[in-house]
Amino acid sequence: MEGIILNNLDYPILTVTTFLPLVGALIILLLRREELIKWFALATTITTFFILLPIYTHFDKTTFKMQFVEIYPWIPAWNINYKVGVDGISVLFILLVAILSILCVTASWKAIQTKTKGFFISLLIMESAMIGIFVSLNVFLFYLFWELTLIPMFLLIGVWGGSNRVYAAVKFVLFMLAGSVFMLVGIIVLYYTGGKTFDMLELSKVNYPIELQLWLFLAFFAAFAVKMPMFPIHTWLPDAHTEAPTAGSVILAGILLKMGAYGFLRFSFPMFPHAVKVLFIPLLILSVTAIIYGAYVTLMQKDIKRLIAYSSVSHMGFVTLGLFTLNQTGIEGGLLQMINHGIITGALFLCIGMIYERTHTRMIEDYGGLSKTIPVYVVFFTIFSLAAIGLPGMNAFVGEFLIISGAFKANMVIAAFSIIGIVLGVTYMVWLYYRVVLNEMNPNSKYNLYDLDWREIATLVPLVVLVFLIGVKPGFLLSYMHISVEHLLEQVHTNVPLETFNIHDSMNVIIEHVKELLWRV
Amino acid sequence: MDLSQYFTSADFTGIAPEIVLTITALSVLTLEMMRISQQGINLLSATIGLLIAGVFVGQGSVEGILFGGMLRLNNFSMFFDYLYLGIGIATLIFSQGYLEKKGIESRGEYPALILFCVIGMMLMTQANDLVIVFLGLELLSLSLYILVGFLRNDLLSNESGIKYLLLGAFATGFFLFGAAMIYGATGTTNYNEIASSVASGSVLSNVYLSLGIGLLLTGFAFKVALVPFHMWSPDVYEGAPTTVTAFLCTAPKAAGFGALLILFNNAFIEIHHQWRDIFWILSALTMTVGNVSALVQSNVKRMLAFSSISHAGFLVMGILVLNESSISALLFYLVTYSVINLGAFAIVSGAEKEESGLEFKDYRGLAAQRPWLSAAMTVFMISLAGFPPTAGFVAKYGLFSAAIEQGYIWLVVIGVLNTLISIYYYLRLVINMYMQEEERALLPSFNIFAIGLIGLMAIMMIILGIIPGYLLDITTEAVNITS
Repeated sequence: MEGIILNNLDYPILTVTTFLPLVGALIILLLRREELIKWFALATTITTFFILLPIYTHFDKTTFKMQFVEIYPWIPAWNINYKVGVDGISVLFILLVAILSILCVTASWKAIQTKTKGFFISLLIMESAMIGIFVSLNVFLFYLFWELTLIPMFLLIGVWGGSNRVYAAVKFVLFMLAGSVFMLVGIIVLYYTGGKTFDMLELSKVNYPIELQLWLFLAFFAAFAVKMPMFPIHTWLPDAHTEAPTAGSVILAGILLKMGAYGFLRFSFPMFPHAVKVLFIPLLILSVTAIIYGAYVTLMQKDIKRLIAYSSVSHMGFVTLGLFTLNQTGIEGGLLQMINHGIITGALFLCIGMIYERTHTRMIEDYGGLSKTIPVYVVFFTIFSLAAIGLPGMNAFVGEFLIISGAFKANMVIAAFSIIGIVLGVTYMVWLYYRVVLNEMNPNSKYNLYDLDWREIATLVPLVVLVFLIGVKPGFLLSYMHISVEHLLEQVHTNVPLETFNIHDSMNVIIEHVKELLWRV
Repeated sequence: MDLSQYFTSADFTGIAPEIVLTITALSVLTLEMMRISQQGINLLSATIGLLIAGVFVGQGSVEGILFGGMLRLNNFSMFFDYLYLGIGIATLIFSQGYLEKKGIESRGEYPALILFCVIGMMLMTQANDLVIVFLGLELLSLSLYILVGFLRNDLLSNESGIKYLLLGAFATGFFLFGAAMIYGATGTTNYNEIASSVASGSVLSNVYLSLGIGLLLTGFAFKVALVPFHMWSPDVYEGAPTTVTAFLCTAPKAAGFGALLILFNNAFIEIHHQWRDIFWILSALTMTVGNVSALVQSNVKRMLAFSSISHAGFLVMGILVLNESSISALLFYLVTYSVINLGAFAIVSGAEKEESGLEFKDYRGLAAQRPWLSAAMTVFMISLAGFPPTAGFVAKYGLFSAAIEQGYIWLVVIGVLNTLISIYYYLRLVINMYMQEEERALLPSFNIFAIGLIGLMAIMMIILGIIPGYLLDITTEAVNITS
């Protein structure tokens, strides 16, 4: 029981929060009336949120150990336990999942007209799976939840999505699966080399041979990089985000993209530190490419939703940049930025969904002069646009600041390039804002535009509060992750000092291994 | 004449299930002949026969070698007996409505032939002698030839019957020739004696032995449709009555793999390592060809046929590795694979109408009309694809894990890539059901038992995916083939 703190509350808090939405989904299966289904889904998500709040009041910020841990034997024949727990890295994500899930339900209140039952069932299954991913301490369990997100998301995009929904849904599943099947192979290899156990903490203690580390890193990288998505394999993202219904986009942008980054922190860093060291410069370069390329492509977009989707590529580039700096500031910035991106991009997708419900168009050219017709909406849109740009006093500023200062410590040149991304980020957001909100009033968009109702305002207000809260007092969130990140870096840096690797060295190591492999073949 | 010097009573209690099934089959035929049978009575009495046989299988006190080394009863053979009986019962339940729809009034031959198939398969996995395997295989095959061509007025069905007969005869020839070679090399057809002969090096000719094994393998590869001996199966699966297809792609495949497993584990274990490359290639080829072919199908039955070919490729992995964990995984895989395919084919058979119901596009909009049925089909499809949390994932995981333990990483990589390909065509059905709108959707018709069974199977797949422990315990117990 070393390195963990068993759950000392009088009920299994993590299990309850993980499976409550699933139970809710099963009950909805039996309901008939649409109103009832909606209210029940809302009640389930809100209850889940309140049930997991005690985690934050009882969380011990002074230790890196896993907390609220529950262990039960699950499949004894294969030495698989059901083991859940949270530490400073994962604890904030479940809160994000819970909050965004509530907002997804309220945002879908009127948007989903057909097959309501199936929609809310899929949504609740998604919530369970997403919470499950962040609390699993067993690799097998983790993989189960990881894959469980695919089918509901596939249905969310494919059944309730836009005009090109089937293409987007299939592309989404194929991309995701292409990554995760390699992870499955990696997981099985890890099981045998790590002493026939699936326990993440046990596996993190093993010292794997360097060559194996590289291969395993790549196997897991396939899954995580697709999910993130990192630069060359991001093409599913714009399609999926654009075609998905609003709630689907919010979940995709808010949580699903974070699962990849979380995977890096939970698997790649502690288990394959050597491989991370070898590869960190190429990965930093990939991140910066994603930042700049993503931002450039964003500039070109004509579809508001697609624009925000592409901006996610750029923003997730910042997250990976932060993570692969391999220093405290960078990683904390990356973690914080994941939460921030979830809030801001989630909010922007909600905003777009709201006007789309009214006008049924997502083209920028169909809008203009919204500030005159729907001022309340514009207030919210302005706040979130400014937050996305990274205005000081709002949340993204803190995250980006930490990431870039971390990056400057890691590599000056790469950090300098990332600044371009920020400039471009301001450009596309401001330009979008100008064309949609200011500008001349567009005669096409006038009719049918009415301002937000109470439900919609209530959906957006919590996110506004979070934007400012984190912006003004980021230390509150950072204090949760501080010790855990410190411990993580200890694990990464114990064997190989960081300074020994530059781009030249890492290329040499990679080439050596490829050669060796070729020789053997 | 005193028979007791040849047979003991233990021999007869050992084959009690087969005896019960034979009596049932004959009495069903008699009832039919006397024209006193009613619609469904035949199927019902056959089902009762299968259940009674199940009770006799359960009398586990008869473990051991019977009939002077001809049969070997143990947990392994019992596991297969139950599997066949289960598949038989499910097939009969699903057949009821289908046969009515196809206008075949209560023909007693149908259930009787299914029972004969079950007897043949039981013999195959109880066999401890090549002759018995051959007998079982022939009993099975001959019954299947008739069943495949059972729709007398349907050209497609007739064609598949003939095709199956001709190609099946070839396979039988290979098998018989192989058995003869083995006999020539070792002087016996008994597994244990073959094994000891091989182990002690007293084999007459290694060439004959290798040739014999190769030919036997070819025969089996035909029967379980491994690439490149798979050409018959899509046509036969497509043409056969759908319920027969369901039976054909589950039980005989299980029997084939079971018998192959016993053959290599009991007779050729000493030289198994020499055959590993062959199994490796067979496995990789079968998965890949099956999957890639399934991608381009527009007919659901054909898609499922090719998918079952690719699954056979995964199953070969279990024989390639051939240790306790792989055999246990293979057994688990066989059970889940059988349940899924039975369920999927059952839904296809219910959806089938004259001239329609067989193409992907016929399933458009089914989800709106029949949400529960579509949900069950979705469970079957994602389970075939190997998505967690369904039993299909656990089954695949077991085989992959066993293969990686022995270092077959590249084969597993090929396997997972195939899984990736397969997702596309499995989800295609889901897409058609959920994401395409159609005014005139199919209205599948089922009787109450079939509906219940389909539901049960879908739930079972999910429960086994979440808590596979129950079945895993059973398969681990059944692993011991040699006892």
